[in-house]
Amino acid sequence: MRNDQPLIFERSKPGRIAYSLPALDVPSVDVSELIPDDYLRTEEPELPEVSELDLMRHYTALSKRNHGVDSGFYPLGSCTMKYNPKINENVARLAGFAYIHPLQPEKTVQGALELMYDLQEHLKEITGMDAVTLQPAAGAHGEWTGLMMIRAYHEANGDFNRTKVIVPDSAHGTNPASATVAGFETVTVRSTADGLVDLDDLKRVVGPDTAALMLTNPNTLGLFEEHIVEMAEIVHKAGGKLYYDGANFNAILGKARPGDMGFDVVHLNLHKTFTGPHGGGGPGSGPVGVKADLIPFLPKPVIEKGENGYYLDDDRPQSIGRVKPFYGNFGINVRAYTYIRSMGPDGLKAVSEYAVLNANYMMRRLAEYYDLPYDRHCKHEFVLSGRRQKKLGVRTLDIAKRLLDFGFHPPTIYFPLIVEECMMIEPTETESKETLDAFIDAMIQIAKEAEENPEIVQEAPHTTVVKRLDETTAARKPILRYQKPKHSNN
Amino acid sequence: MTIPKRQGKGKSAVLHRYLPMTEEDKQEMLKTIGVASIDDLFADIPEQVRFRGELKVKPAKSEPELWKELAALAEKNANVKQYVSFLGAGVYDHYIPAVVDHVLSRSEFYTAYTPYQPEISQGELQAIFEFQTMVCELTGMDVANSSMYDGGTALAEAVLLSAAHTKRKKVLISTAVHPQYREVVRTYAKGQKLEVKEIPYDGGVTDLKALDAEMGDDVACVVVQYPNFFGQIEPLKAIAPLAHEKKSLFVVASNPLALGVLTPPGAFGADIVVGDMQPFGIPTQFGGPHCGYFAVKAPLMRKIPGRLVGQTTDEDGRRGFVLTLQAREQHIRRDKATSNICSNQALNALAASVALSALGKRGVKEMAAMNIQKAHYAKVELEKRGLSSPFAGPFFNEFVIRLGRPVSDVNDRLLEKGIIGGYDLGADYPELAGHMLVAVTELRTKEEIDRFVNELGDGHA
Repeated sequence: MRNDQPLIFERSKPGRIAYSLPALDVPSVDVSELIPDDYLRTEEPELPEVSELDLMRHYTALSKRNHGVDSGFYPLGSCTMKYNPKINENVARLAGFAYIHPLQPEKTVQGALELMYDLQEHLKEITGMDAVTLQPAAGAHGEWTGLMMIRAYHEANGDFNRTKVIVPDSAHGTNPASATVAGFETVTVRSTADGLVDLDDLKRVVGPDTAALMLTNPNTLGLFEEHIVEMAEIVHKAGGKLYYDGANFNAILGKARPGDMGFDVVHLNLHKTFTGPHGGGGPGSGPVGVKADLIPFLPKPVIEKGENGYYLDDDRPQSIGRVKPFYGNFGINVRAYTYIRSMGPDGLKAVSEYAVLNANYMMRRLAEYYDLPYDRHCKHEFVLSGRRQKKLGVRTLDIAKRLLDFGFHPPTIYFPLIVEECMMIEPTETESKETLDAFIDAMIQIAKEAEENPEIVQEAPHTTVVKRLDETTAARKPILRYQKPKHSNN
Repeated sequence: MTIPKRQGKGKSAVLHRYLPMTEEDKQEMLKTIGVASIDDLFADIPEQVRFRGELKVKPAKSEPELWKELAALAEKNANVKQYVSFLGAGVYDHYIPAVVDHVLSRSEFYTAYTPYQPEISQGELQAIFEFQTMVCELTGMDVANSSMYDGGTALAEAVLLSAAHTKRKKVLISTAVHPQYREVVRTYAKGQKLEVKEIPYDGGVTDLKALDAEMGDDVACVVVQYPNFFGQIEPLKAIAPLAHEKKSLFVVASNPLALGVLTPPGAFGADIVVGDMQPFGIPTQFGGPHCGYFAVKAPLMRKIPGRLVGQTTDEDGRRGFVLTLQAREQHIRRDKATSNICSNQALNALAASVALSALGKRGVKEMAAMNIQKAHYAKVELEKRGLSSPFAGPFFNEFVIRLGRPVSDVNDRLLEKGIIGGYDLGADYPELAGHMLVAVTELRTKEEIDRFVNELGDGHA
């Protein structure tokens, strides 16, 4: 096995350090006099021993083996990989935001509470909802929080039989998973050949046991559910609530609001539409907005504005309780607030306009070379099918890997599950036409290669630091941590 | 030359530094699509739900204007760098090596997402693999995941895992566990219809007799914190057998810094260890984002929530890393997944890894020991001034002190002297009204501790 990139543990050498702590200035007492023997660690944790330069070289080398939005185009569908503004990072690092403790007296954190309150007010307006909580840490956490509120709402009405949550077959995996964690059973509603929720099927599955319908609009095919008003009627008539998964909110920002569409609960992914960076997988932030009848069930505490300033209200008898220690991922919320304030009303509206323009432009230019399962205007993202290429022996996975050779992050692949050999492409509004054209050209070239020289696609990537990795063995014989060799000199 | 309109009302040609499309680009693209205007692309939104108005949000500000405004807002907060803080209660003011923020600021890390394409994500994947290793080393466990939202939700997920694994519905949790963690556990438990039974504390640690009395074949797990909310070191050695005797899982929430000196929970037989990596390289930032960790013994490997990174090889036999055992996860298993978690706290896991690499084997131990020594010094000095502690057991970097006065009054006085006092225990523990939970980290100097002791001891504060 070739180990081109050593682990930090493999760079370790006893006697090196990369920290600087002050000398102990209180009388030194041996820790063994303060902690009973049984509780004094005898075997030291195997942590690295490196110098500061070793450390920086290690992580710099790792960063070079990673692709971010700043490295190049990242059209990962449903993830909204837009540019992450740098002022956001600077603001979040201000000492008055980064170094405040969540349990400080309220009068010492009025600036933080004011920012949170104002962010909530902005998100209420943007979504058309009556109240917002910033507590959920990410989208899936918001989904579960919203469903717990819906459960509490039904139960407060003496309705304990609403055990089912309806999700479309095109839904994100988190929707059914969140429903399960919240204690519901998931019922799937089919999509029509047009890629929209089948209203007849919805009428069939909805009933007195329906707690809620979870919907992404536009859906994961990038298509706006144009029968939304009718769907809301069907669900509400049956006594259910309508849940909006905000993963695709970038498509409708300033153009339509979930609150106006009849949704009762909404979550937003501030790390998507509102530029909190994705951080290599997180942290995110998943605020939840609700209509007035669900306000009593919001997680506590709730930020209120009183005569003597902002305060945290814990006295919420019908609250579902706390969903997270403290008040949410504040640092991400600071970034999102900074972004909203950088954009203003016109800027926010332009976001969805360009996001949709870019997606439609790419879709039209690529439609000639790849199968377009849903031939209509898309919103912020669209899906292509690689079934034409599959007949040539080139799978969507191969196309994705070949894109790596062109310096692009591939689209989301094999999702939604209802499209064969699916590629889900979301360009976002922050990309230039030149970038879109370069990606389109690469996709066209790959389509030609699939016909003329399929091996080059099947064997891709050719330029990355590693070739395709053996995922089967990784799962069959998991190696999930480094083990120090037995007879090491270190 | 014409100067383009800035933020022109009703015009979509907005000139903004984050929006690169020119009017010319736009026209060309519309032509390719075959529509006359961008508005045509929104024609599928029914008119009755189209938002035709203007969002009532604050107008856009330029970068310097916004910076000025937000810096002023930040200034309204008293930060723990400008004040001297003795506040902990789960979130701590620790030394953050300067390298941490330099690594985090590499945009290849922070502008990436979950490493779905391993060939161009080896950096992130390897960093997580190293993180998983460090968590295992600190906790004495076999397998750690790539992170959870925070310590509280990680604990809630540990409870859910325990219930699913044992197929039991009763959870025993010590009242010496962080009150907010317990609240989060209760919220999660509601969804799964679990019964959460709280076990009282005695002398600052979990009451073993009360625990023993509640133990039975219906108990999914026993949950304690180590060190606990009061800073006390729970007798894990005595608790583990009580849990295991009834085939219940033993779940420990643990401050990972303390494990630089304390025997790891894994060595006492813990089945699941969770906690928050905030003490390593993550600023307090008003309570989030921090970084939950989740570690299990090998038999629970395939039930762990969240992302896992595994080592493998590429076609040429070169070492590489991939997301693995994904059959547990929501994007594959949907409603049968072990958890709904998708986004996690990867960037903060990186922060913790960098801080742990900087501190290393020696630094973690040194820093943990300094916390113990400084906290003990502070307690001894307060006791010399006649203040007493209700608990006599061994502790890490936090202890409880009886003031006999409302803690909020004392804290108000301390604030005037530039000190952020400790946590008021009365709100969560009525029997501890007038008691303060004091945290002393390695960053508190002897001079600062003495000042704090003087303020409390003289009764001025």
